[in-house]
Amino acid sequence: MDEPLAPGHRLCAGCGASVAVRQVLLAAPEDTIVANATGCVEVSTTVYPQSAWNRPWVHSAFENTAAVASGIEAGFKALANRGEGKEHPVIAFGGDGGTYDIGMQALSGALERGHRFLYVCYDNEAYMNTGIQRSGGTPKGAWTTTSQVGKAGYGKTQVKKDLMGIVVAHRVPYAATASISHWKDLMTKVRKALAQDGPTFLHVLAPCTRGWRFEMSKTIRMAKLAVDTRFFPLYEVENGVYRITVPVTSPKPAEEYIKAQGRYTHLLLPQWASELDTLKKEVDGNYRRIERLSQFTAQPIVS
Amino acid sequence: MNVLEKSKPVPMLGDEAVAEAVKECDVDVVAAYPITPQTIIVEELAEFVANGEFKGQFIPVESEHSAMSACLGASLTGARVFTATSSQGLALMHEMLYNVSGLRLPVVMAVANRALSAPLVLNADHSDMMGSRDSGWIQLYAENVEEIYDRTIQMFRLSEDARVMLPSALNFEGFILSHDMEAVRPLGGERIRKFVGRPKFERRLDPDRPSTFGAISSPDTYYEFKMQQAEAMKSALGVFKEVEKEFHALSGRKYGTVDAYNTDQADTIVVVNGCSAGTIRAAARVLNRAGDNVGVLAIKMYRPFPTNEVVDHLRDAESIVVMDRSVSLGAPSGPLAEDVKSALACAGLETPVMSLVYGIGGRDFSLEDGKKVFALAKDKGSYGAMPLMYGVKN
Repeated sequence: MDEPLAPGHRLCAGCGASVAVRQVLLAAPEDTIVANATGCVEVSTTVYPQSAWNRPWVHSAFENTAAVASGIEAGFKALANRGEGKEHPVIAFGGDGGTYDIGMQALSGALERGHRFLYVCYDNEAYMNTGIQRSGGTPKGAWTTTSQVGKAGYGKTQVKKDLMGIVVAHRVPYAATASISHWKDLMTKVRKALAQDGPTFLHVLAPCTRGWRFEMSKTIRMAKLAVDTRFFPLYEVENGVYRITVPVTSPKPAEEYIKAQGRYTHLLLPQWASELDTLKKEVDGNYRRIERLSQFTAQPIVS
Repeated sequence: MNVLEKSKPVPMLGDEAVAEAVKECDVDVVAAYPITPQTIIVEELAEFVANGEFKGQFIPVESEHSAMSACLGASLTGARVFTATSSQGLALMHEMLYNVSGLRLPVVMAVANRALSAPLVLNADHSDMMGSRDSGWIQLYAENVEEIYDRTIQMFRLSEDARVMLPSALNFEGFILSHDMEAVRPLGGERIRKFVGRPKFERRLDPDRPSTFGAISSPDTYYEFKMQQAEAMKSALGVFKEVEKEFHALSGRKYGTVDAYNTDQADTIVVVNGCSAGTIRAAARVLNRAGDNVGVLAIKMYRPFPTNEVVDHLRDAESIVVMDRSVSLGAPSGPLAEDVKSALACAGLETPVMSLVYGIGGRDFSLEDGKKVFALAKDKGSYGAMPLMYGVKN
């Protein structure tokens, strides 16, 4: 079978997003239609007159991928209803920029309307395509070009939005986080999502060697470290029921993750000791929160 | 069979006429967001869905930007697509208008023209569509409700023609036409479906031939794509004539890219688009009956601009007044006046042209105003370098 995303595109060596996209598409049927937001993936894979995509693919703007996907789904449905063709799986790809921030409205609308499509957010935790600017998905304490580090600043001061929480609030049948380091978990989740008759969501961590400042051969290792330190818990929410799919019972120390990335190393300085402490508590607290949600939502509601 | 004899007139609001036409045109997907004064279009379509009269998909999107984005996605599957908006909604989808046109998608849209904020107002002027006039959309202006009904049907044929493949927008004044009840002689679903047929344009998103749409270009290639769009715009004039000819055979009704009243004889001609064409034409008739010799050229197709026809009709006039229901702040003339002056200059004509702005923010333009415009046309002092803002209170 042909590669769904052919080699030779212009994404950076060691790009986590390219791995995420490829893994998702390998788990999806061959007749999958792709809608893509403006961003690293789109710009680097479709430099006219070349394209790396072996799937029907459309890009139009930055903030509207979920709306475009809604239209594609409706178009095929309308034609199929007339006996003029059949429906196909629709996957929308957006970066954290095109999802957390500028794309939030379109995503929310599409989820609320119940279109049958899978939205995949490949999260490299900043507006990487335009040169590493902070997004709503940038974690607290991370350096970016618009959340700089210096005598008076330790990087982003705001927390990373709870994207999964926002999606789950729309009462979708299925939403999950995934990491390119755990490909089997990721691909299982893709298949599970595509089997649902409604809107589904995948939040994939896609480490960025340029923006996170680590050596380009270490991408998968960095993704695994995010999971092993509880920075990025792997869980799914099926009709409101939470389940951790890769439990991390003995997490690696947060410092291991921090010192491995140039965007975080300033947090090891004495002057930011209390910020590092807060960060560690928040990371651990977030994992426990998912744990508690798993326990709580697993219980049947007794009237 | 003479259709006119068989067809009993039905009272319809302008907005209702759009919905009725869309219902009969075998539209596959409607993605729309409500905004006054377009809301009735969307509400009527939702009613048709609930009654099983509209068999397509109706997407109640969460904004106009998403409306045009959903239309883009649906059109790429080969589906016939429609939307409607006004004012702020059109402004919000501005980015996507260029996208849809650039991707050569035959989306059809109704615009119940309403003035742009600030200040906020609900009433009609053409500032909304004029703000997007360069977006690569075919733009028509209607002056009565039956024309609204007819043009909606025609636009699907025009846009979907392989020589065109450009989106088209039908403009009609908000409230003045959208909420105006007039008699429409319906053409019947069977006849309309035969006229529009099923979409024959390419299904771009096709798993059997996976292709990429919306790639990133470069200074080496972008310009040629734009040139292709420009060529398609040019072709639209010729294709439009064919569509109108066929439509006339079906309905007995014809409108043209322009409507000329007494332009071959007149000393003074007023050029106008939109519903005030009716008003100014009525004023011209009154004056001519009293011995005057004035004419009216109504612009029905605004983009592509029917330059040759406009020049032909204005060639022998001694003075020309171009009425604009919008301002281009800081420009020497209103938008339509700019186009007319350009066309005349390219034809080597030096006829004095007055740019007259009227009806801004829904300010009424009456028969009496029409007569006053012709009086102003005779006042050489009114032909200044700035547009004359007619009807402003002092």
